Amino acid sequence: MSSASEARPVVEMRGITIEFPGVTALDGVDLTLRAGEVHTLMGENGAGKSTLIKALTGVYAIDDGSIVVEGTPRVFRGTADAQAAGISTVYQEVNLCTNLSVGENVMLGHEVRGPFGIDWAKTHRAAADHLENLGLALDTRSLLATHSIAVQQLVAISRAMVRDSHVLVLDEPTSSLDRGEVEQLFAVVRGLRDRGVAILFVTHFLDQVYEISDRLTVLRNGRLVGEYAIGELPRGELIAKMIGRELDELDALARSADRDIDRTGDPVIRADGIARRGVLEPADVEVFPGEVVGIAGLLGSGRTELVRLLYGADRADAGRVEVQGRAARIATPRHAIDRRIAFSSEDRRAEGIVGDLTVAENIVLGVQAKRGALRPMRGAERDALVADYIDALGVRPANPDALVRNLSGGNQQKVLLARWLATAPQLIILDEPTRGIDVGAKADIQRKVAELSAQGLAVVFISSELEEVIRIAQRIVVMRDRRKIGELASHDIDVDDLVAFIAEEHDTQGILESPENVA
Amino acid sequence: MTSIQAPAAKAGFASFARRFIRRRVSWIPVFAAVALLVVIFVAAQAYFGNFLTPRVISALLLDNAYLFVLAVGMTFVILTGGIDLSVGAVMAFTGMLGASLLRDGVPSGLVVPIMLLLGATFGLAIGVLVQYFDVQPFIASLAAMFAARGLAFIVSLDSIKVEVPEILWLQSTRIQGAPGGFYITPTGIIALLVVIAGALVLAFTRFGRTIYAIGGSEQSARLMGLPVVRTKLLAYVVSGVCAGLAGVVFTAYTGASYPLNGLGTELDTIAAVVIGGTLLTGGSGYVVGSMIGVFVYGTIRTAISFMGADQSWTRISIGLLLLVFVVVQRLIVARSERR
Amino acid sequence: MKKVLTHRLVLPIAALIALVAVNTIARPSFVSVTVQNGQLYGPLIDILRNSAPLMLVSLGMMVVIATRGIDLSVGAIMAVSGAVALTIIDGSPTPDDLGTVLAAIGVAVLIGLLLGAWNGMLVALVGVQPIIATLVLMLAGRGVALLITGGFITTINSAPYKFMAQGYVIGLPFAFFVSVAAIVIVALVERRTALGMLTEAVGINPEASRLAGVRARGIIWGAYAASGLLAGLAGILYSSNTMAADSNAAGLYIELYAILAVVLGGTSLMGGKFTIAGTVIGVFTIETLRSTILFLGVPSAVAPLFLAIAVVIVVLIQSPRVRGIVTRVAQGMRGGTKAEVAR
Repeated sequence: MSSASEARPVVEMRGITIEFPGVTALDGVDLTLRAGEVHTLMGENGAGKSTLIKALTGVYAIDDGSIVVEGTPRVFRGTADAQAAGISTVYQEVNLCTNLSVGENVMLGHEVRGPFGIDWAKTHRAAADHLENLGLALDTRSLLATHSIAVQQLVAISRAMVRDSHVLVLDEPTSSLDRGEVEQLFAVVRGLRDRGVAILFVTHFLDQVYEISDRLTVLRNGRLVGEYAIGELPRGELIAKMIGRELDELDALARSADRDIDRTGDPVIRADGIARRGVLEPADVEVFPGEVVGIAGLLGSGRTELVRLLYGADRADAGRVEVQGRAARIATPRHAIDRRIAFSSEDRRAEGIVGDLTVAENIVLGVQAKRGALRPMRGAERDALVADYIDALGVRPANPDALVRNLSGGNQQKVLLARWLATAPQLIILDEPTRGIDVGAKADIQRKVAELSAQGLAVVFISSELEEVIRIAQRIVVMRDRRKIGELASHDIDVDDLVAFIAEEHDTQGILESPENVA
Repeated sequence: MTSIQAPAAKAGFASFARRFIRRRVSWIPVFAAVALLVVIFVAAQAYFGNFLTPRVISALLLDNAYLFVLAVGMTFVILTGGIDLSVGAVMAFTGMLGASLLRDGVPSGLVVPIMLLLGATFGLAIGVLVQYFDVQPFIASLAAMFAARGLAFIVSLDSIKVEVPEILWLQSTRIQGAPGGFYITPTGIIALLVVIAGALVLAFTRFGRTIYAIGGSEQSARLMGLPVVRTKLLAYVVSGVCAGLAGVVFTAYTGASYPLNGLGTELDTIAAVVIGGTLLTGGSGYVVGSMIGVFVYGTIRTAISFMGADQSWTRISIGLLLLVFVVVQRLIVARSERR
Repeated sequence: MKKVLTHRLVLPIAALIALVAVNTIARPSFVSVTVQNGQLYGPLIDILRNSAPLMLVSLGMMVVIATRGIDLSVGAIMAVSGAVALTIIDGSPTPDDLGTVLAAIGVAVLIGLLLGAWNGMLVALVGVQPIIATLVLMLAGRGVALLITGGFITTINSAPYKFMAQGYVIGLPFAFFVSVAAIVIVALVERRTALGMLTEAVGINPEASRLAGVRARGIIWGAYAASGLLAGLAGILYSSNTMAADSNAAGLYIELYAILAVVLGGTSLMGGKFTIAGTVIGVFTIETLRSTILFLGVPSAVAPLFLAIAVVIVVLIQSPRVRGIVTRVAQGMRGGTKAEVAR
């Protein structure tokens, strides 16, 4: 590991500010990348990580601040500018052309040319050389698509090095890799680091951060929290810095967690060993009537993946599901809906609202889909239902004919909630229902959830705000790095306890530290 | 330093076969097309008895020379993930204009380049609409098709005979090996040259490789710094030039130009390209495959005329073949997506 | 007032009115209607009658486009339908019998429905791109139609059949009533049931619709089947006009005219919200345009050129880049707020 004090800065970003209409994505953020160092950028959703990366790679122009590369101030007007400055990026989706050969991908745009066109023999030889520099021995003539994502990523890194880059940005490279492939990647990364490349690493896998990084920069809500050497910051402190301890006006809400749940009968839903390869390790979950089960964990820990499997939005590879004590097959949303399970996605815009339809149409969509196209809801019945929900949830403006895309985020969320409640479910899954909405709407929604669960509705509640989870849920399922690592009763714990539980390296129940690949 | 290897090359046929497949996966549909062609040949020979004669095979090239040229251009466009529905109409229009100019005494040395330029202009117009104005390729090329067809009729409502010797020479000359043996015409040579040129450009130039890259993933190609905009425009220009050249060839073939020429030819071309192993989604396919596809088309047409059946059976068979190929392509993609 | 001006039908209606106005100025006889034997005649009446096939096809195309699809086979389906009907009547010993004619029409329209359902299966079940799925039928359909007529243009002499396109009811062309009936039925089915809303949801946000439990497959399938049925009916009207089954000419290029009508009326090619009223206006606009072109003495074979120009203009106006330029020009240059730099 290079000593931090002697490493020279290759990239110095100072006071970076980027604003979009209505929101400040980055506010005076600093970032320093040094030669021969692996520097990890950390932060939760909305922290500004991806915005900062896009500023460095030339996708976004900055509103204020400076970027200095190798001592020269730079202004990036496009990705080509950043590449010309020696900054290469490997994205999560491996932006290569899988329909071409390995060698061609490495050399695309830099093929060796002879008098009559591309000299393929020489080009493939050059590609093989570049791959070898990273310790890779691949058949350069094989099609990229015939290799695993892990190998494709390594090829992408090779390509980055063809241009002899001094800065390598790795954006969430390990999301699709298993343990062995991560080792492979880290070996290559360490090799590059030892050669003096400055590496910016972005990941949300806590264990990996501690394995590979020399230095960390933590962002929160678009601001810089601090830069630390890896030894200075134990896990618990890191998590605390990422999620922050914000004042929450809603603390005043009586903790609905203080309610007794009858767990003697059949749970509304029970999942045993539910899993999906590359996405979620086998997990057990059960929810009783009237219970609110919270799911807590950092970004990328598998919370959304778990509930999507429960709802049939994604198909599970393994596991059994029982609804009301009877075995059930839930492979599509329709299966779940038929069993009176509802799901409100975390991505309102892409998976929730139908923007060009009205509030009324969005609210009745769930009910209408259930009834089928040929049994429309009659005018009076429909208007009454819509008016009831607009009133009960406090949708503003209280106009059923307004287009949903013109509503604020909070009101859009209420419309979605109304849609699902109108189907009279026995279990409702809410994925980040209060994210990005104003405090008033937040309070309304939380109050409604508490009310409904007191009336017998089973609820699964995902939130990145740990105080919220503790306040609303009776039981908390804790996830980390795509595994369920345990369950806590919310009764006597506070946020610090929860943070500590997430950060623990060894689970007290003897589950291994790092997830093995379960084929 | 750790040495990382994909399943390494060991001695033995199994590993040779595996390596061959890993390198040549995109050739598999082309092999399928060749197999199909062989099957049709064998079946036709078995059924008719006198199908596989040098005369018939030579006629395959002669009668479909225009389609070979069109297929090369269409391959370029489809490889980028686009489509060009205008080629038949552009072929007709350039043919009409060319015939009219020739009739007015303009030397053919001038007329032929004009026809090519005209085709290029249509291609450029489509490319600009698609690239700069985000118009869907099929709408843009459909509009071009309408425009070209209307323009063809503006030149003349009736057909125009071509009596210029240099043009007619392209078709009437036969370079023959032995009497009754294989022969080839200049139009056939033109067709083969275009195929060869297309194949070389796609395999050995940066322009060609960029076309494959765009078809594989346009976003990746852009992020890799490739000249995506220019390349996509050029692909449509190539298709347009091929349509112009096909106009020359077809005019020579029929000795006249008729405004209704090439009606439906774009569909025949697309079918030939798809049957020849080019994926409609782009990024995979070869000009050689498209050539095989045209041979399949021509063979089916010849077989049907041998049978004395209605020529509309040709379109129907091609349509069915296209369907089968597309469905199979789709099922293979669906299976790999689910994994 | 602003609400009236920004209503999305404003542009289409304005375009149609402008077109009619220009026509009337150029030839005042455009709006003249004469009465003979209790039947109305005149260029406007001609438009009402001649627009019927396009109206039917465009209604079907509108629903398909709303599901983010396209149907290129409608012309071929028209050809097949005409061929089937005329062949049945031609082969029947009682071609003038109403029963025979109704049976022939019934079979032809049913075949149109089946062909549409075939397209729907390819798109909804197998997952083939709509362009390619319907391209197959576009290729093969006319050939099939030619086979049905044995390669000839079958002609018949049946009075009831002739009535379809050339007859009159209470002074107005029967074909016009067929148009109206189709519009009314489509409006009832789409807006009186939940089908319209669900179709729009599928087109606007397929993923949200899937998670909400909407049965997208059935909706998409039905859209193509409806398009096929309407095209079948249009084929009957077309062949009734000429009393012949010309498989090469029937519905030639009608798919582009239909797409243009739908887009002119304000439905987006991207799918989602659709407007029946807009499509109707679009159809009348195109028919008026065609009538204008013919009146100007342009040979009908050349007419496609003008339609192409119209398509390009409409598509350019709808393109985001042109919109962007217009917005910027209209509002003047603004100081640089954030926007993505690289594209």
